[in-house]
Amino acid sequence: MPNPTPAITEQNMNEYGFSFQGHQLLARPDGTLWWPDQGLLVVSDLHLGKSGRMARRGGGLLPPYETRDTLLRLDEALNATNPATVICLGDSFDDATAAEEIGEDEILWLTRMQSGRVWIWIAGNHDPAPLPFPGEQKAEHTLHGLVFRHIAKPEASGEISGHFHPKTRVSSRGKSLTRASFVVDQNRIILPAFGTYTGGMHTDHPALSDLFGAKALAILTGRSACPVPLNKT
Amino acid sequence: MGYFPSNFHDWFAERGWHPHPHQIELFDARNNATNLLIAPTGGGKTLAGFLPSLAEIAAQPSPGLHTLYISPLKALAADIRRNLSTPIAEMGLPIRVEDRTGDTSNTAKKRQRADPPHILLTTPESLALLTSYEDAPHIFSGLQRVIIDEIHALAESKRGIQLMLALTRLQALCPDLKRVGLSATVEDPEAMGRFLAPTGQPAHIVHADPGPDPDIAMLRTEEPPPWSGGGGKYAIPAILDEVKRHKTTLIFHNTRAQAEIFFQNLWHANTDNLPVGIHHGSLAREQRLKTEAAMVAGQLRAIVCTGTLDLGIDWGDVDLIIQVGAPKNVKRLVQRIGRANHRYNAPSKALLVPANRFEVIECFAALQAVKDHDLDGDPRGPGPRDVLCQHILCRACAGPFDTDALYAEVTGFSDYSGLSRSDFDACLDFAATGGYALRRYDQWQRLAQRPDGLWQLRDPRAAQRIRMNLGTIQDTDTVDVFMRNRRSKPLGEVEEAFAATLTPGDTFVIGGKVVRYENMRELKVLVSPQPGRKPRFAVFSGTKFATSTQLSHRILDLLHSGDWSALPDHTRDWLNLQSQLSEMPRADELLIESFEHDGREHLCLYGFAGRNAMQTLGLLITQSMERLGQHPMGFVSTDYAVLIWGLDAVTDPEPLLQINDLRHSFQTWLAGNAVMKRTFRTSATIAGLIERRSIHARKTGRQATFSSDILYDTLLKYDPDHLLMQITREEALKGLVDFGRIEEMIQRTRSRTRLIRAPHVTPFAAPLFLEIGKIPVEGAANERLLAQETAALMEAAGLA
Repeated sequence: MPNPTPAITEQNMNEYGFSFQGHQLLARPDGTLWWPDQGLLVVSDLHLGKSGRMARRGGGLLPPYETRDTLLRLDEALNATNPATVICLGDSFDDATAAEEIGEDEILWLTRMQSGRVWIWIAGNHDPAPLPFPGEQKAEHTLHGLVFRHIAKPEASGEISGHFHPKTRVSSRGKSLTRASFVVDQNRIILPAFGTYTGGMHTDHPALSDLFGAKALAILTGRSACPVPLNKT
Repeated sequence: MGYFPSNFHDWFAERGWHPHPHQIELFDARNNATNLLIAPTGGGKTLAGFLPSLAEIAAQPSPGLHTLYISPLKALAADIRRNLSTPIAEMGLPIRVEDRTGDTSNTAKKRQRADPPHILLTTPESLALLTSYEDAPHIFSGLQRVIIDEIHALAESKRGIQLMLALTRLQALCPDLKRVGLSATVEDPEAMGRFLAPTGQPAHIVHADPGPDPDIAMLRTEEPPPWSGGGGKYAIPAILDEVKRHKTTLIFHNTRAQAEIFFQNLWHANTDNLPVGIHHGSLAREQRLKTEAAMVAGQLRAIVCTGTLDLGIDWGDVDLIIQVGAPKNVKRLVQRIGRANHRYNAPSKALLVPANRFEVIECFAALQAVKDHDLDGDPRGPGPRDVLCQHILCRACAGPFDTDALYAEVTGFSDYSGLSRSDFDACLDFAATGGYALRRYDQWQRLAQRPDGLWQLRDPRAAQRIRMNLGTIQDTDTVDVFMRNRRSKPLGEVEEAFAATLTPGDTFVIGGKVVRYENMRELKVLVSPQPGRKPRFAVFSGTKFATSTQLSHRILDLLHSGDWSALPDHTRDWLNLQSQLSEMPRADELLIESFEHDGREHLCLYGFAGRNAMQTLGLLITQSMERLGQHPMGFVSTDYAVLIWGLDAVTDPEPLLQINDLRHSFQTWLAGNAVMKRTFRTSATIAGLIERRSIHARKTGRQATFSSDILYDTLLKYDPDHLLMQITREEALKGLVDFGRIEEMIQRTRSRTRLIRAPHVTPFAAPLFLEIGKIPVEGAANERLLAQETAALMEAAGLA
């Protein structure tokens, strides 16, 4: 069971800190996961180039601004944490062509964000092939007993993954709020999708909730990271 | 009579029928380019429309499509086919009549394209689809006439715009095409004629004898209407008495929710076991069809219904219309009353049942307006550009096109006669490339220009996706409701937004049953039966109409006059009670009440500007409150008031109501609110940015399509002047925003306000608590509440 530890300081009063497999981690309200002891920032499901992929497939021509918007928010997270290492948990690009197609400016921007730090691209189902960008590219990554991969494995322990785009609904006094959310228990953490054009799966969906134990938490993103017990059905 | 061909003459004579003068007049005028017939229900309007076609085809029975008939309802097309088959068979005319709607089989549709019937009966959506095929010139090659039924109903919606744009295409294919419009009574026949005819070519208008004035009154009940709420449950004994005294009664309600609750209560009170049925748009199709079949067979004594029965089909011996709830709009009331008694020249009989005491006043004002023949209506505005974008995509599906020719076609519809070439080109650019300020690679193209200058689809396979998404009907996102643990058909559907507010254990009514909400899985709401329990929620919404300006003014006049002698005692008492506890709203001063209820502070403003403008006022005021740190949480509006709730009391409303501030914050405000996002979703869907339906099956539950709100936010941030943002502002101003009526209100009151601090909910404010369509304010109160709520949840779970 993750033990909530109050982590109220000037910088991180909106974060939610918890202990996971003996490590102190922070769920940030922007949907990134911060491991201060390691200087490690984890982000998942950027889906860069999504509108381009939709256009190629002959669907609606969506506004082509989501890549720069996602990069803008990623840049803000990097500025706030200044990580030594960044792990992208897969589906960083909406497909292989998207990775080749993103604009000059965006490539420069991404390269600038990567410089001076270790950058690990985990392969996702949308981007299984090697990416034309610097950084390590691997199927999974292990650090201090924690394993980072794209899709959770039911039997795993100490696992940090993405893929599901979890979101959680909280109803209160006749109001209903839905937010992208982390899902956390003693064995695993699933990150929300960071990309601007990403939908989500409700955390009470069995495909997601079945991966978690009775005392799991959903941590809602937004202005503050707000934990609620995972509503299992 | 001598004007008809002899076999027609004989056919009328054999039945002892005499053609109505307007039938003869319309036949006489058959060589006009455009005819508009305005006639009450039961005037043989549809036959009048078809007589010239029948005569022409009978005289020269060459194969191919001669006449296209378009109605707003699928069911009407099928009904007309049956009705036409009688004279055709009895006169032995060599005429083939077929219908083509969403219900027609694919085989039949394919055959109709290769070998069209003489007369094809269809809907605006099916017609748009037909024009999108590459063989459209072949299908329509011999077309002589187009008949548009219930044009008054179509003209009020984007379906009518889409239809008239499709007609510009047909007119280009068949230059001699003659148009006939069939309309119920409208306030401005000339304007309807301009809508129907090609730009600059006046329609010939035929007026039928409007018939005697309707026999219309307020229903007398022993029990007075309740202080608040809707549904008219109190009137059920009196309504049942009326049902017993008549052959068939249609009981109209303004919303589906009210129809549901009323039907349930009627069922309980119906100790004589009179056969009664229910009909509205949220019912599963099977259930609707069952009710329709029973009506046609004359098996029902009463049908509880909504606007879905406003139109068309002759449901047999309807001899009484009961309108439960205030009619909101006098013209619609008059058209609805026409549903009773399809015998021409007999007065229609109708009863109004106010659902609460405020509606007594509105019903009384409406009765006066009907007696004065004072119909309400707004002038037509310029044609909406989202529909134009869809029309361009639809045209592209039919094959390469020339933009000059398309521009000329489109401006041939009077709604677009003022469309500038640059506005047209912006729509073309949107359809072709998305029209973004940021230009991207070649793949970012749906339409491409060929070397010869014509435009075509870049990828012809896109045509299938575009065709699947043609149409302008506002599919608010709905989810099906299923019984849990039962493999059965859906009970019906509710709006996704409503489903999102449910928590397990909440009860609501659907399909006449009280159910308990269990949970939501993907796109299904799962419920369990909860018979006999009083539903706590009954708030899924139907169509919302604003009380017209004209009717609002009549109501204010009545309240201001202080002469309430014509009103029932109970209503007079209620007005007096409101006067005692608070004050009477006045035309020249804005009454504002403040009170605490259920742990929240409330502010109620009586603006009488119609539901949509009151909603806008709610949005503007809550934004000001948010800025001033007053923690508004949400609001709800009706036609006469807006009720705002929040965490703190407002002691000085004046700063919230400065018209200059309101106007000033209008632009910034427009950007960030829920109404805009809703409007954006509608327009983006019509314009073809968002697909309602995709070829691939709907989502599997994972990584669902993301919300259109994200697209809106993205455009607002990076491309705020994008065409769709312009369209969204335009559409919101026209429909949901209605800022013009706020200005009317401010002018009328000259910004004078009167604040009353009441000890509790006031008689006038009470109905607002039961209103549908509560709009949340996503502000600081959210974070405050979320923090409290999550803390409480953690504590309850022993985690804090």
